[in-house]
Amino acid sequence: MSIFFNKSDLTRQDADKIVSDTLHNCDDGELYLEESKSESILLDDNKIKSSNYSSDLGFGFRAISNEVVAYSYSNEISKDSLKNSSENLKSTLKSIKGTYNHEIPKSNKKFYEDINPIEQKSLDSKLEVLNKVNDFLRKKDGSVKQVTASFAGEQKSIEIIRSGGEALTDVRPLIRFNVSVMLEKNGRKETGVYGIGGRQSYDDYLKNDNWKNVCEEAFRIASVNLESKPAPAGEMKVVLGPGWPAILIHEAIGHGLEGDFNRKKTSAFHDLMGEKVASEGVTIVDDGTIDNRRGSLTIDDEGTPTERTVLIENGILKNFMQDRHNARLMNTRSTGSGRRENYRHIVLPRMRNTMMLSGNQTQDEMIKSVDKGIFAVSFGGGQVDITSGKFVFNCTEAYEINNGKIGSPIKGATLIGDGPSILKEVSMVGNDMMLDPGIGTCGKAGQGVPVGVAQPSILIDKMTVGGTKL
Amino acid sequence: MVKDQEFLKSKALYCLDLAKKMGATDASVTVGHSISETVNFRNKSLEASDRSDGLALSIETYLGKRRSSISSSNLLDENIKTLIEKCFETTKITPEDEFNSLPDKNLLAKQISSLNLYDETRFENDKKIKYLKDLEESASSDKQIINTESSFTENKSNFILANSDGFCDGYKTSSFAASCVTVAKDENSMERDYEFSSKRHLSDIKQATDLGNKAAKQTIRKLSPKKIGSEKISIIFDKRISKGMLSTFASAISASAIARGTSFLKDKIDQQVFANSINVIDKPDIIKGMGSQNFDSEGVNSNTLRLIENGILKNYLVDTYNGKKLNLKSNGRSGGTTNLYFEKGNISYEDLIKKNSRSLYITETIGHGSNLVTGDYSVGATGFLVEDGEFKYPVNEITIAGNFKDMFKNIILANDLEFEYSVNSPTMMIEGMTVAGK
Repeated sequence: MSIFFNKSDLTRQDADKIVSDTLHNCDDGELYLEESKSESILLDDNKIKSSNYSSDLGFGFRAISNEVVAYSYSNEISKDSLKNSSENLKSTLKSIKGTYNHEIPKSNKKFYEDINPIEQKSLDSKLEVLNKVNDFLRKKDGSVKQVTASFAGEQKSIEIIRSGGEALTDVRPLIRFNVSVMLEKNGRKETGVYGIGGRQSYDDYLKNDNWKNVCEEAFRIASVNLESKPAPAGEMKVVLGPGWPAILIHEAIGHGLEGDFNRKKTSAFHDLMGEKVASEGVTIVDDGTIDNRRGSLTIDDEGTPTERTVLIENGILKNFMQDRHNARLMNTRSTGSGRRENYRHIVLPRMRNTMMLSGNQTQDEMIKSVDKGIFAVSFGGGQVDITSGKFVFNCTEAYEINNGKIGSPIKGATLIGDGPSILKEVSMVGNDMMLDPGIGTCGKAGQGVPVGVAQPSILIDKMTVGGTKL
Repeated sequence: MVKDQEFLKSKALYCLDLAKKMGATDASVTVGHSISETVNFRNKSLEASDRSDGLALSIETYLGKRRSSISSSNLLDENIKTLIEKCFETTKITPEDEFNSLPDKNLLAKQISSLNLYDETRFENDKKIKYLKDLEESASSDKQIINTESSFTENKSNFILANSDGFCDGYKTSSFAASCVTVAKDENSMERDYEFSSKRHLSDIKQATDLGNKAAKQTIRKLSPKKIGSEKISIIFDKRISKGMLSTFASAISASAIARGTSFLKDKIDQQVFANSINVIDKPDIIKGMGSQNFDSEGVNSNTLRLIENGILKNYLVDTYNGKKLNLKSNGRSGGTTNLYFEKGNISYEDLIKKNSRSLYITETIGHGSNLVTGDYSVGATGFLVEDGEFKYPVNEITIAGNFKDMFKNIILANDLEFEYSVNSPTMMIEGMTVAGK
């Protein structure tokens, strides 16, 4: 029983007919229906600052012929509204004819359960956890001046109707728990942020007072930064810790391997397929199939089951990430990477969980090998210029390395590098691969989607550190 | 057609009425409708069209000092009822917060003057296509340009804000936006740059050919960049970067950051924070202004604010909630600044470029390297090395870093201010920043 056809005058048969009529002269397309329920609860400045609930319902109708994508969406699911969209698509594509492609692979695998995390934990008990966080941190140390803690939960139900009446559905839970703490000592202020989450219930993450560990980690990062010295400026060796620092891989390599930029030849990687783009020992995959991870999807937003796509194998570029549209135009297959923020947006090839796999060296060996450099443990956001290949990310916890030993913490600095060459500078790959805690959101063309990253410790021989100390 | 005032008003009043009947002591509702049509081009042919038609509703209900909110895109009466019930149930168990309240009645906007923010002209998709063809034709005339992508978006919106103190008003706005991204390639490098124009009225949009030519020129001049060494150097910020500096300043003086104590400008009212030649103004009533408004997102009247006068911080950006916390009256800035700008300086662009024998001219920054708590700044940058007033060669893969507290005091502004966007700045120079490169 579909949740989309008992609310208005639009029946399943009507929808099938309009979809088939609209798409029969096209190469691809679908009707995408979506209902989402989400909540966010925020404690800040000693108080519950806001509790917001929102519900959203709508459809996006897409028709593709040749290279042209026509798209129309509305938040009114009705016969009239769908017909209007259909007319709009037809008028854009009136002079272009295509042949509808019906093939879509099938899979019975599911990577998360059909749950609504919002309903599974009462508002009272969520408020209680937030207040406990606030009390715990403020009692912990006199230097704590500000605490912010939040819950965000969502259940998104989608249905994809393709020409000919084929329908695919998915129910996606997603939660996130976040703590930010600001410390003040001797006139200096610093913040520390930590969070956890994924596609499970709140209690899967919060059991055994796990919220305390999140608080401790945020507090630890802020404390380290209170002692930080100005960061050095210039080219040097950089050791990256395992886990979340893999957003370097996401920015430096990941975006450049998305199908659209390569079809358009605007990515610095577009003519490097089959070539050596990384040091030997570097293998990178993009995996949508890890249970309950933030970036995992049972099917992508075009209905294709997700998979584990090998992007770089032992240094050699093997695959791009594809949605159906770019795959068709590049004569290849979709890798189940077609994603959209919601029904208001078109599908683009996007990352899921992007991971560099373990090698066989230790973090200790890496640190010992560095005379002068930095050890970066945690990052804030990053960004990339796909075309020039230059990317940046901001350290939120980093230390100097002097003569093979970890020294003082350094202030948040931006690291900058060149995507196509950075992986050739990787000289050691650790044996300690770790997944990130489940907090990443990737932005592209104004659309944010949840993603994951993972990596072991790595040593990069040369990167520019954007500090102030010459 | 975008929904009219009457339709939106009836929905808003229905919500307020329902909230009151359920026992809410106060309530506030925003109902909006927006229609957007976008056409995308790539390499001189149509790539995509996109039409969006969206209603949006957000409601806040109060029970004394308890408050919670709800939002939805589904405006069927049945759904609204369910949502308000849920919202009010949540309000009941949300803890009290003494600062929660509707805005003071006497601060609410009373007279709505026309700021000419709505242009009813329909620019049909066929005309958008013609515009983009001309644009891409001029953008790709140089053979070094290997890819062009452009788009034209037309938007019409209408909204009503209503609260249980009797405020009920709203107005239509429109916007037209054209943009172009070009990619250029030579034997050493591939580079991307852009240009865009965004206006309330169609007739004010830049000529297609001008936009295309400018994007192409800005991209080609970035080809074959070099990396420079690490050094202290004067940095000149192109207007598109200097206006970002102004947005950072605005975030740091928002009442919320000040009340939470998480801004490097906390407790700096009446103190010198910029060089004494600097004035920063936020003006909500510019005719056809991209940031113009008759009232803020709570219905509070907004007047022109001189945020910085001769380098001295004069005002925070105050909304009702954080204002009560700081013991300040709202100045109609819930939702942030309106049309924010630096008053122009008194040195010409040419003289600014020549002021130092060697400087770095920055046209793009990447990364989220502004820390509002400490004022630390460190971002990736792209630009040009300038010697004796001449652009010598493009530079990339460098970072620039400093601290806003020092940077603001060393700002020198050119006299080339133009009102193009909702945030506007002249070209800016800051001496003595650190560049990290080789």
